[in-house]
Amino acid sequence: MVVLNAVIEAAGLEKTYPARDRGGTPFRAVAGIGLRVERGEAFGFLGPNGAGKSSTMRMLGGVSAPTAGTLRILGLDPAAHGRRVRARLGVVPQDDSLDVHLTVRENLLVYGRYFGLSRKAVRERAGELLEFARLTEKADERVEHLSGGMRRRLTIARALINDPEILLLDEPTTGLDPQARHVLWDRLFRLKQDGVTLILTTHYMDEAEQLCDRLVIMDKGLIADEGSPRELIERHITREVLELRFPPGEHEQVAVKLGRDGLPEPERLEVLPDRLLWYAEDGETALARATAAGVQPITALVRRATLEDVFLRLTGRSLTD
Amino acid sequence: MTPTLPRAGGAHLLVVRNLWVHKGGSPWTMALFSVFEPVLYLLAIGVGIGGLVGQVPGVEVPYAAYIAPALLATAVMNSALEETGQSAYAKLAFDRFYHSLIVTPMTVGGVVAGEVLWGMLRGLITGAGFLVVIAAFGLVQSPWILLAVPAGLLIGFAFGAASLAATGYMRGWHDFQYVQLVMLPMFLFATTFYPVTVYPPVIRVLVETLPLYHAIELVRGLALGRLAPGLLLNAAYLIVFGALFLVWARRRWAWLLAS
Repeated sequence: MVVLNAVIEAAGLEKTYPARDRGGTPFRAVAGIGLRVERGEAFGFLGPNGAGKSSTMRMLGGVSAPTAGTLRILGLDPAAHGRRVRARLGVVPQDDSLDVHLTVRENLLVYGRYFGLSRKAVRERAGELLEFARLTEKADERVEHLSGGMRRRLTIARALINDPEILLLDEPTTGLDPQARHVLWDRLFRLKQDGVTLILTTHYMDEAEQLCDRLVIMDKGLIADEGSPRELIERHITREVLELRFPPGEHEQVAVKLGRDGLPEPERLEVLPDRLLWYAEDGETALARATAAGVQPITALVRRATLEDVFLRLTGRSLTD
Repeated sequence: MTPTLPRAGGAHLLVVRNLWVHKGGSPWTMALFSVFEPVLYLLAIGVGIGGLVGQVPGVEVPYAAYIAPALLATAVMNSALEETGQSAYAKLAFDRFYHSLIVTPMTVGGVVAGEVLWGMLRGLITGAGFLVVIAAFGLVQSPWILLAVPAGLLIGFAFGAASLAATGYMRGWHDFQYVQLVMLPMFLFATTFYPVTVYPPVIRVLVETLPLYHAIELVRGLALGRLAPGLLLNAAYLIVFGALFLVWARRRWAWLLAS
């Protein structure tokens, strides 16, 4: 039996920042969202830049007070019990913000003290975490000499110094090379196995599919949809996507020729400047139908639908900033 | 692990962290850097110009002995300003150091108090260092000068708090020029080099509102052994000034870090 035990509950959560300049308009970064995260879950926030992910994370971290709505973190109201809440959280910010004047080990030792841990407890824990983050050999190096991946691992190790129940990660692998990302995913997966609740934001759909049990897609301060990666794909997109490429300028004509408006649900054609996407349950069949209609693409590719397709469907293709 | 929340918002932990970062340099090297500039003033103006001035009328002490306490007060002030000014700004804007603190059980109040405390500690070290210089120059006039060092704590408090509040408004390095714009005239005219009695009454009132004037009065009174009830007033001024700016700094930094 699964015992449900919410570590985070939010309803009608809003965050509005006052206008920067006199006479300016206030900025509503989060426009009313509801959330429930269970203990041990890996929960993701996806969304374009400016969707409100980071603002939400700051509220969940007990740092930034919601403008409206209710929020319970580990059963506590962070507005009243911010310190007690923060004592049980680990936060991995978007930019590492390590203490650059200290060595790797010192970063952990000092940080543990901020949580009120004894020197002895911090020393032991720091040793374990250096091992966990594969930084034992770098323990006495200054932080400025570390690679991006090492810094990120150290930031995560630092966030774990207080043995948190919830780990909040804001874009944990942005800017890392594939090797570093995979090492990091492996570490995060281990934490999840140990029962730590993971809450993360990401721009990478593969990361969300890899790590998240459940996720929300945010857009313009609201939740566009919520579910497991698989559920979201099933709900919004067909199983496969056929990508067809034609000489520039012909895509619109071809779309008409393929009977764009008469496709059976849930099939759909999307015209992009360089490609035509045909969302279909079976890509090969769709390709056969295209050939039968006398269409001759330069290239044709059948692939599985991904979370990225869902993401673009829900949040649009135009740049947000 | 069940952590007990650090007391006082963790102010002392920030001081410990700063000490840790500075462990490469002993307190004496820190003091050495901070007393370099005032020693130059003491030589050029105290000894050099002092040779022309002789005794300060109304006080009847050698000129160098007259300005030395003012230079001590200024040096303590500058040490506190350095830590809570440009150094704090770098930690805020570039290292994002404070942002990494407020996600822990540390509080903004603890962070602000910790940085002011650290500024006071730096001032204390500078004050002790410059006291040694004064003694080496043979300018000690009274044993009460020993109290100038704890008096320096009040100076560090007043200027540390004000400077940390101001740092909360800096938009870039260039804004620190405005701080210079206030500090340099204050240094020159807040009775560092001559008694307040040289001013016409209107200007005199103006000068007497300056915090550095009260810092100098306090240290000079102790250094020259001229104990008077007025010194308590000077001390009270510094405490109230510092307390007001501490509250202001806390509000501003809460907005900066948590909005």
